[in-house]
This record gives sequence, C-alpha cells and structure tokens, in this order.
Amino acid sequence: MSTTTFLLLTSLLKIIGIVFLVILPMVSYAVYAERRVSALIQDRLGPNRVGPAGLLQPLADAMKFLLKEDYTPEHVNKFYYWLAPCLAMVPAITTIAVVPFGSTLFGAPMVIADINVGVLFVFAIASLGVYGIVIAGWSSNSKYPFLGGVRSSSQMISYELSLGLAVIPIFLLVGKLRLTEIVQYQIEHGWMLFPFAGDWTNPARWLLTIPLWISFAVFSIAVFAETNRLPFDLPEAETELVGGYHTEYGSMKFALFFLGEYAAMITGSAIIVTLFLGGWHFPGIPDGSHGWIFGLINIFVFFAKVAALLFVFIWVRFTLPRFRYDQLMRLGWVFFFEIALVNIFLVAGLLTVLPNRI
Amino acid sequence: MAFAVARPKLTWPERLFLPQIFAGMAITLNHFKNMLLGRTKVTVQYPEQKLDSTLPSYYRGAPALVKDESGRIRCVACQLCEFICPPRAIKIEPGEIPPADRFRKVEKFPREFDIDMIRCIYCGMCEEVCPEQAIFLRKDYAITGLTRAEMVHNKEKLLEIGGVMHGVVLKWNEKK
Repeated sequence: MSTTTFLLLTSLLKIIGIVFLVILPMVSYAVYAERRVSALIQDRLGPNRVGPAGLLQPLADAMKFLLKEDYTPEHVNKFYYWLAPCLAMVPAITTIAVVPFGSTLFGAPMVIADINVGVLFVFAIASLGVYGIVIAGWSSNSKYPFLGGVRSSSQMISYELSLGLAVIPIFLLVGKLRLTEIVQYQIEHGWMLFPFAGDWTNPARWLLTIPLWISFAVFSIAVFAETNRLPFDLPEAETELVGGYHTEYGSMKFALFFLGEYAAMITGSAIIVTLFLGGWHFPGIPDGSHGWIFGLINIFVFFAKVAALLFVFIWVRFTLPRFRYDQLMRLGWVFFFEIALVNIFLVAGLLTVLPNRI
Repeated sequence: MAFAVARPKLTWPERLFLPQIFAGMAITLNHFKNMLLGRTKVTVQYPEQKLDSTLPSYYRGAPALVKDESGRIRCVACQLCEFICPPRAIKIEPGEIPPADRFRKVEKFPREFDIDMIRCIYCGMCEEVCPEQAIFLRKDYAITGLTRAEMVHNKEKLLEIGGVMHGVVLKWNEKK
C-alpha cells in the first residue's frame, strides 16, 4: 500500500488504540488503583470483591455511571453546564497525542502526532484545562462550585508559570522541542535524572544533573497543582467545599470530570516520564527497528514507568495535608517561580562555562 | 490572658519541610508494605470470616419467644412489649386459653404475635420489660428476606428461633 494509506491507517489505529483501548481503561484502573493503594496505606483493604482481587470493579463503576439517571438541576446555566465536563476531559486526552509511548512497531512510529513543537503543544493544550473547571463553577449558579471554580482557575494559572519555566533547562540542553528527539537524546546521553549512558563519567554531566533534579522537582509539583491533586486539591476538597466545582454534577457528567482528572494525571505522568525519565527507553533493550518484540517491550516499559509515577501521585495524596489557599498561591508565585527562573540561569551559565557541550 | 506558644526553632532544611515530607512518605509506604505482606490484620473479610464466636453474652440479636419445660408458651399476651417497643414492631393479638385446657390457670396466650424485623431496632426493651421472661434476644444478626412479608416474623417463626427455656421464672420480682 502507498505511504499515505499506511500513514492514515496506522494513525487511525493509533488514535483508536491509544485513546479508547489504553487511556480510558487506564483511567478506570487508575481509579481502582487509587482506591486499593489508598486503602492499603490506611490499613484497610480496598475493593476486593468484584472479580479476582476486585479487578472488575472499574467495570461495575462504569456500569453504574452509564445506568444512573442524568439529572440537570433547574438553576444551572444549561448550555455551559453541559459543555463543561467535555472541556475538562478533552485537553487531557488531546495532549496524549504528542507523547511517544513507544519506539516503532512494524515500522510505524508509536506516537500519534510527532510534531516538532511537541512540548509547546502540551503546555498550550494543558492550559485549556482551566476552562472546563471555570465554566463548571460559573454555570452551576451556586456558591460552593463558584468558589471551587475560582480557586481552581487561579491555582492552575499560577502553576502554569512554574510548569513552563521548569522544563526550559531541558531544552537548553537538548536544543529541540520534539518529544521523540528528547527521548533520543536521553537514549544517547543518559536519562535526565540518572545519566548512566553515553559520556557518563564526565563530571560536567553530573554537575548538570543537579539543576535537572531541581527542574524535575518543580515540574512534578506543578503537575500536582495543575491536576488539582493533593496537596493542592483545595478546589475540590470535600471538607472545604462540599464537592467544589463538581458539586452540582451527577452520573455521566461527574464521571467525565472524574475521568478527566485522572486522564490529566496520566498525561502529566507521561510528560514527566518522557522529559525526565527517558520515555520508553530501558537500558539494554533496543528500539523497535530491531524487531516487533522490542517495540512491544518499549511500549510496556513506558506504561510501567507511568504506572510507577501514578503510584507516587497516589502515595503523596494520602501522606500530605492540603495547602491553605494563600500558602498555595505564595508557593506558586514566590517560591517555585523564582526557583525555576534561577534554575534556567544556572543551567545557561553552566552550559557556557563548561568546555564541551554535553 | 495571652499565652505565648513556644514554637520550636527550625533549621533551614527543616523549614523547607522536605525532610518531614520524606519521613511521612516513608511511614505511609511502611503501612502499605505491611498491609501487602499481610502483617497487619485489621479487616475481617465478612462472609468468609465472621466474629460470631467473639460476641459478648449481652449481644442483642433478633428477638424470639420461648416455651417452658411443660411445652406452654411463656408469653401471656400482656402486651407490655408491644407498648414499650420504640418503633412499634410488635403486634399481639391476645386470646383466651379455653377452660378445658391444661393451662387454664394462665387465662391468656397470644393468638397472633408478629414482630416486623424491618422495624425492629434490636434495642432489647421487650426482653427487659417482659414480666414472664417470655421474649429473649438471640445472637443472630443477619436477618434478611426478599419481600417485606417475609421479614415479618410470626408466632411460629419466633417460637422456632426461641426454643425451650429451662429454669425458674422470677415472677413479680421487684428487683428484675
């Protein structure tokens, strides 16, 4: 078949495969994992009745959400009330389109859209996530969702600064924005956080790792804030705001918000893995051009890393108390913004001072 | 009156709260590990494991009527339990013991005795108030049914749960 048909066919397969067969099941199992892991941390068992060890629980949840009555209260602004959950879910899933989740499989690159402004696309679309929450808060015409929406939008906008600035050191180092090239760089020169490949005995490389760790820390914390996860979950904290911006929602629309939050978590983890942890690379395993089995293993390695990061998300949620709103804003505007800026200058200085650009 | 709270002096790494965060995360990870390895046994997996053998003697389960050793139903249909039952779950229809019967001295017996188990709150007031020691709360707690009609325990069912009571009845004892 011609290259265009091959491209179209593989793109279609990748879109359907990734969005419907990987991300949505992963989101439901992320909910299951959260319930199980949080329960084990709290000295109790989670859902373990439906299916072996409770593994069919997400199916039961999906059935519940589908079959429940979808009620629209009278006091809401109907058009925006219906629009908001879609706006919450779409950016999270759209962002996955640029993340390379594998090397190649049968010659087709394992990324839906390998655009050369990959990371910029991610930040642009992730910023759209604010709209869903703001519109949900306003359209509900009720005080708790309003407060939750306003708080969440200001929180997300504040932490987007740190999100963007924190990864600039990586671009100073790699020189490219395309995500597949960043992964390629990490394969040749060692992962950003653990540079055990390529020229790794060079002390200059290790000196660069310190600002990269700072960058990783700031970026991860900003991802926590962007996805409204504890310790930054004041907008949706049950003890504070009843339900926050999703108080007035039930059944399928609530499910969309819920899934959108977990999809954003998965997307954030995927970006962290791609930028800092070497993407689909595992030392010793070649990429997919050496055989389809390696292509499959690379995909598996990527999702294993994402799953490990999701575990860290859940672990942190059930360890730390939540931030008060003014503390949260102070952290975003004063603390992380400055650290990210200083980090950029540090890396730029190191790269000019060090003799060989690694 | 003002009370000065002594705040501890934090070193600068402590003020970042990072050591405390990592210590906290180590604690939660420990809990997670202990639960995974089965070292923490807290949850009772209900239908497979039950705590029935550890129920105290004063545990309040479902009410039941008893017969005495001569086979007479102990209840004399005084309707005190019906009166005191808080959710009014008990319905008694008293009847006269025919003069030809062996137990004619007692004069009254319950013709119908229904306890609606959906209403019963297992408080034990009926057992406490009964002057004849005729109604007791057993140790079974899992009373289920598929219809509301099934959940009304009538006299036969109550006697069946109750069985026979041996021992002296302390009639009209003011200390009881």
